[in-house]
Amino acid sequence: MILPGTPFHPRTSDLCQPHNWRRWGKYIVAGSYELSPEREYWAIRNSAGLLDTSPLNKYIFQGKDATRVVNRIITRDVNKCAVGQVMYTTWCDENGKVIDDGTVHRVEENLFFVTSADPNYRWFCENANGFDVTLQDVSDTTAALALQGPNARKILQTLARAEMDSLRYFSVMPNHLREIPIMLSRTGYTGDLGYEIWMENKYALDVWDLLMEVGDAYGITPIGILALDIARVEAGLMLIETDYTSVRKAVIPDQMSSPYELGLGWTVALDKENFVGKRALVQENRRAPEWRFVGIEIEWDSLEEIYARKNLHPHLPLQTVRESVPLYDGDNQIGYVSSRCWSPLLKKYIALAHLRAPYFEIGSRVEMEVTVEHERQRARAVVGKTPFYNPERKRK
Amino acid sequence: MSHSFDFIIIGAGLNGLTAAAYLAKAGKKVLVLERREIIGGAAVTEEIFPGFKLDTVTHNVAGFDANIARDLNLAQYGLELIQPDVSVFAPQRDGGAITLWRDDAKTADSIRVFSPNDATKWRAFRERMAKLARVLDSIHALTPPSITTTNPAELFSLGKLGLQVRGLGKRDMPEFLRALPMPIAELLDYEFENDLLKGALAAGGIHGLMLGPLGVGTTYNFLRGVNDGVVRATTFVRGGVGKLADALASAAKARGAEIRTNAHVVQIRVRDQRATGVVLASGEEINAPQIISSADPKQTFLQLIDPIELDPTFCARIRNIRTRGVFAKMNLALDALPNFKNATEEQLRGTISISPNMMYLERAYDDAKYGNISQQPYLEITIPTLLDPSRAPQGKHVLSVWMQYVGERLETGDLRLKNEQLGDLVIRTLSDYAPNLQSLVLHSQVLSPCDLQEIYSLPNGDINHGQTTLDQFLFMRPVPHFANYRTPLEGLFFCGAGAHPGGIPCAAGRNAAREILK
Repeated sequence: MILPGTPFHPRTSDLCQPHNWRRWGKYIVAGSYELSPEREYWAIRNSAGLLDTSPLNKYIFQGKDATRVVNRIITRDVNKCAVGQVMYTTWCDENGKVIDDGTVHRVEENLFFVTSADPNYRWFCENANGFDVTLQDVSDTTAALALQGPNARKILQTLARAEMDSLRYFSVMPNHLREIPIMLSRTGYTGDLGYEIWMENKYALDVWDLLMEVGDAYGITPIGILALDIARVEAGLMLIETDYTSVRKAVIPDQMSSPYELGLGWTVALDKENFVGKRALVQENRRAPEWRFVGIEIEWDSLEEIYARKNLHPHLPLQTVRESVPLYDGDNQIGYVSSRCWSPLLKKYIALAHLRAPYFEIGSRVEMEVTVEHERQRARAVVGKTPFYNPERKRK
Repeated sequence: MSHSFDFIIIGAGLNGLTAAAYLAKAGKKVLVLERREIIGGAAVTEEIFPGFKLDTVTHNVAGFDANIARDLNLAQYGLELIQPDVSVFAPQRDGGAITLWRDDAKTADSIRVFSPNDATKWRAFRERMAKLARVLDSIHALTPPSITTTNPAELFSLGKLGLQVRGLGKRDMPEFLRALPMPIAELLDYEFENDLLKGALAAGGIHGLMLGPLGVGTTYNFLRGVNDGVVRATTFVRGGVGKLADALASAAKARGAEIRTNAHVVQIRVRDQRATGVVLASGEEINAPQIISSADPKQTFLQLIDPIELDPTFCARIRNIRTRGVFAKMNLALDALPNFKNATEEQLRGTISISPNMMYLERAYDDAKYGNISQQPYLEITIPTLLDPSRAPQGKHVLSVWMQYVGERLETGDLRLKNEQLGDLVIRTLSDYAPNLQSLVLHSQVLSPCDLQEIYSLPNGDINHGQTTLDQFLFMRPVPHFANYRTPLEGLFFCGAGAHPGGIPCAAGRNAAREILK
């Protein structure tokens, strides 16, 4: 079977010069619209990038018990999520190992819109069994766009029927772009000021055209997932199957992670009513975590030095590399990098990494394996604070 | 917090009462709560027609472990078991019949009329089946060990189980392992040539199952019906099966247990993953540190407990337990003993089996497989008044018919409207063998799977609270990892027929009590 395009495919396929289609879920999306994603990256940080995120999985929970069902599934306490608020959360299996992460949008008191990276319909249904709730998988009927960057708000202001200036970070509202009904959330995966626009498939092309037309004056630029992948590393945001393995796909216990091990202990509300994995997480919370997900910065001088030995200038990953490389303390391997890239904005070689205790503390010094001319070398690196880039406008 | 009771047991069926009696005997304070106005569960004797005491659902307690009666002094509390000399009377339409007796020689004589070959093989066959069934008996009396265990005590019991099977010896061990999953039809085709004999035996393999004799695992079910060396044994209780429940209740009460009827538990309260008490339909709440449910697994875990307290995967497993209503029950009050062609009264004292050949049974199942009622059903009949005249007015009889198969799914069919049709079918089928039956009927009652679920809480009408097939056997019953009568919740135990070993009278209750008292 040929993987289908998204509802935006008629537009994106006209624009995608390199035809570097990437699989995302059961769809294909543009890797980049030009040969290099660089210009698209800069649009995220300087004007506005328009990204087709339709392949995300999307679910609607509705009914008397919707709140309890959502709360049974996720690790955060949805009772603390006000109507109109969005929560980032993980969810776990019975052993407290992460299945997936995503966002929960409380659209109404008992109506939740949930997004996830992987398909979760079956799991959600199993959790909904026995409750008064209807669960819909709207993944294939709901198109989605992310408009990310400093000009995103201005573009939307010119189109939105309902006032959206005050839509706060991690909030959601029903709105219209001109006549077209949409859901607008102030969310994204770039760590910048940005919005996501959710709409029925039939409105997809009209919304795209409107945004491109009005956005032109604001430097709107269609972006592919390669540019996104740089922005999300700068933002310190993890990607399933790259930075962690879903317990569903893990083959051995070592591949499974708890939220604590992923640095997502803050998403675990042990004080709420029973939820899936609670028993195991209560136990785990009593122990100090063995692993943590952190950001590291590779030292330029060290990198320059190991390349200089071969008379080379440092080679930098201009796209995010989604391959694991080991991290060392002397002869001991103490962790691994799972995503790394050159940050065009910070002018730094940055990476997202899993480190063992006690090496995961900020300021801790480690070494990362770097292959120079087919030989293994090590570059010094230091554990830093994520997000690496955190502009004030994101929340303002 | 102080409690009036150490244990609350949900359901006063045989398993609930047995657990209660054992726990009370061990000095525990026990409260048994029964939804109905009478105790016994599916083992009840009800005088639904004045003067006639009918075993409305279960009419045979074969498989009841005599050790339980001894442990609990049940004889002292009025239990008297009746074991007729005859186990099965299997007629065919033309008036011929094979009778299986406790006495091998008499059985062989009866078979010889049809097949001299089979007659000579009978004794050896029966003895071999008895030997295999004895191993099963000891497996049924065990708490299923966890097969993934590393716990030394459990490994020991797993080892003992292995040794028991090994102990069968070079010839019988492979036979045992081979036989359990076999279709009973193939086993019998291998052993015997006569259709009537094979039909009479094969019926023991399909009892209660949504499977025909060609179904895999029916030999296991057949062996479940071989008790104390008797193939398709019949055991009555004097006064009716309800007297077994009464004796258990008396034994429990004598040790201080309290039994309340009309006490319908609608919720098991849970706090912090621990069962804390129950709520009755009346709104009354009763707390106890330990709760034991003898209700079926689906009701226990999917209806009585807030689903948020249980893991979704566990719930999915419980939901997937195969419960199938396969039989309807017809209870008749008769003016006189029906006249079975060429049969003596003595031959009718056990089980009368309408199973003229194995294909008859398989075809009966064929109808059910596609969701219908068998056009020519398998019937299992007892006339307990022949050995226990106290159960009907002078000269009159009660006749209890187990009719299999009703293939209609409760959730889809309009089964509740079909009792009359089911009753007619039973009478019509039986009239071929006992032509004067219809004229003798004073009163009749039909219980479809729908009624069995509503009145007796049998899930989908499944007498065993879950099919007794090998995929729902031993450590897989009710679901893997929870076969030791424990549940995912602290303080909640499970002792119903949905647990190992299924609907063998009192066995799960006894096993569970032993485990709980550990």
